[in-house]
Amino acid sequence: MIDVLRDYLLFILRAVRLSFHGSRIYYTWMGLLTLLCVVALHSYARQIATGLALTGMTDQVSWGVYIANFTFVVGLAAAAVMLVIPAYIYKNEDLHNVVILGELLAIAAIIMCLLFVTVDLGRPDRFWHLMPGFGEFNFPYSLLAWDVVVLWGYLLLNMHICGYLLYAKYCGLEPKPMMYLPFVFIAIFWAICIHTVTAFLYVGLVGRPFWNTAIVAPRFIGSAFTAGPALMIIVFQVIRRYSRFHIRDEALQMLRQIVTVALLFNLFLFGCELFKEFYSDSVHTSAARYLLFGLHGHAMLVPWIWSAIAAEVAAALILILGARRIALLNIACVLAFVGIWIEKGLGLIVPGFLPTPLGEIVEYFPTLDETLICIGVWAFGLLLYSWMIHLSVPILSGDFRRAQEKPACPMPE
Amino acid sequence: MSNQHEKKTRGAGIRTLDQITDAPLDRRSFIKIGTAAAAGAAALGWALSPLLDAEGSITIDEFLQRHYERLNADEMQAILRRIEDDISARYGVQANLSDPKPLPGVEYAYALNIGRCIGCRRCVEACMRENNTSRDPEIQYIRVLEMEKGSLDLEKSDHYYDPETVPQKDTYYMPVQCHQCSKAPCTKVCPVNATWQEPDGIIVVDYNWCIGCRYCMAACPYWARRFNYTTPLIPVGEITTDMTYLGNRIRPRGVVEKCTFCLGRVRRGLNPACVEACPTGSRVFGNVLDPGSPINYILREKRVYILKEDAGTIPRFYYFFDK
Repeated sequence: MIDVLRDYLLFILRAVRLSFHGSRIYYTWMGLLTLLCVVALHSYARQIATGLALTGMTDQVSWGVYIANFTFVVGLAAAAVMLVIPAYIYKNEDLHNVVILGELLAIAAIIMCLLFVTVDLGRPDRFWHLMPGFGEFNFPYSLLAWDVVVLWGYLLLNMHICGYLLYAKYCGLEPKPMMYLPFVFIAIFWAICIHTVTAFLYVGLVGRPFWNTAIVAPRFIGSAFTAGPALMIIVFQVIRRYSRFHIRDEALQMLRQIVTVALLFNLFLFGCELFKEFYSDSVHTSAARYLLFGLHGHAMLVPWIWSAIAAEVAAALILILGARRIALLNIACVLAFVGIWIEKGLGLIVPGFLPTPLGEIVEYFPTLDETLICIGVWAFGLLLYSWMIHLSVPILSGDFRRAQEKPACPMPE
Repeated sequence: MSNQHEKKTRGAGIRTLDQITDAPLDRRSFIKIGTAAAAGAAALGWALSPLLDAEGSITIDEFLQRHYERLNADEMQAILRRIEDDISARYGVQANLSDPKPLPGVEYAYALNIGRCIGCRRCVEACMRENNTSRDPEIQYIRVLEMEKGSLDLEKSDHYYDPETVPQKDTYYMPVQCHQCSKAPCTKVCPVNATWQEPDGIIVVDYNWCIGCRYCMAACPYWARRFNYTTPLIPVGEITTDMTYLGNRIRPRGVVEKCTFCLGRVRRGLNPACVEACPTGSRVFGNVLDPGSPINYILREKRVYILKEDAGTIPRFYYFFDK
């Protein structure tokens, strides 16, 4: 028992030292991200001192870029599941090696989600009111309470799976299937839950016709399974370029198929939504009209949403028609990612509020501090992910392992 | 380790990772770590510096205060005195803060005569004064809509009408405030039970428990909830000093607030401030369970309608057209 603990502490110590050892590129990248985090922290301190008045939000549009990014990043967190399903269920060897990289992304993404929600709170000092057992938890009535459960659950699941597999590899031991496989299957189910619960957060609001429609949840799945794997395709290429971790093109092509199908599914659902809104042409189409064409002279989102639609359609065309060239695939992935970030971010949140239930339109525009805080949360997520990759790649390649001369020890349970 | 050796091995992959992570720390490394730590501390200090200007840091009592329904009478008294002191320190007035409970056998309802309302907004003004809502930024619970004659389309309404005199020709006026719904979507979505419906039908917010997530604002079909984006500002002379814990006390920053039918007044048997201020008698309020009350009469005898009845929230707020 003591040996196990000592080995583990030694692992942490060595991991800390390894974290600060890297190439000039590593230091520049991490330094840049840290700088962005510090700038964002400054803005957040200003927000704490002033209140949310520092943001562009109003009583009319009471959620803005924080919640928009939160919604988008919840989708990214499910990227892991798209790697896990073929790897574990269909025993796809190409994906097996990279599945941990996907799950690490899920961890970073969930932490970003929690940060986006935290910076949106008017009273972050009262966070403990949300902790089951300490505060008052309105479960099962409030979908936000559900979201707290599924997000923390997903975080813990993925931390366990990645932590267990990586530490087993570090110790040079064969991982015991009983210790991680059940959790992998729960995580697959759970990934669908985090999307669906987050979608229901909006769907359940009767006063907001733009959200109060059954199509939001399926669209969340479609858009998430586009943006997540699209990001993974780019990230894998960065990893294989800057580290010794080998990722074969076959893994990228597998992901390409996923992105293609999910993107077409998402566009199909978008078409369904357009038909429903505009063929019947009732008063409830005001929000969609505001988003796509502008309403009563207010049209702030119109250029954004059309850029998003154009980007997604272009990505779909490239994916269907384009040769299997990696450069073209990368362009399609960037287009799809940006398109969905707009569509599922501000394109989903702001029209939910406009026109207001009393028919008013007040345009929302994020302030500089609000934007810097968002950039900071993204930078923190990337920092976290880069750090985890920096430690995991040498573990997976066998370069970073427990000292050889020690006798093999049992795994901590 | 010599400088030359360091240069030779850096990034060249000659040392194994084991050698890197297990090598003893030398003097150079300590200097590096020290410099980095100092730079980090300086950056952190700069980043957090705005917090020094933050007014009114919260006390440990305030931080640990429990949910309204878990407080006993003594704890509540202590909290009321603490809030009075806080208001006196911050706004320079001596408040008289109490926590009146709902009256037994009472359920409130409200009816508004659209046929009479002239859109003068005196209700709005009286409401702000009574409820100590922030004057800058301005928070109002009642929104009076100038409607197009012959239409109930809210999108065609004017929220910011400002003519010389009211009423204007070919318009009618529809004030909207919290409908105190029986099946309230706002209380259902609150993740921490910071807002709930009292037995007399009034929906309240515990401003000391709200975490400021604003989910209730998204849920409300009547746009009745307001958020304190910053610390409320009220000129001292305009502060109403008779305050209630769940009602019109000056709110802290970062929490949601709303109309409470002037809970502190109505539980003493008075009318809400908006009813009292209305020069045309368009506003009727009372205990719907009392067969002799005017509100009971109106709901029985007049042709009342409910705004957005299709939302299915069963409001306690009705409109009717009458001379």
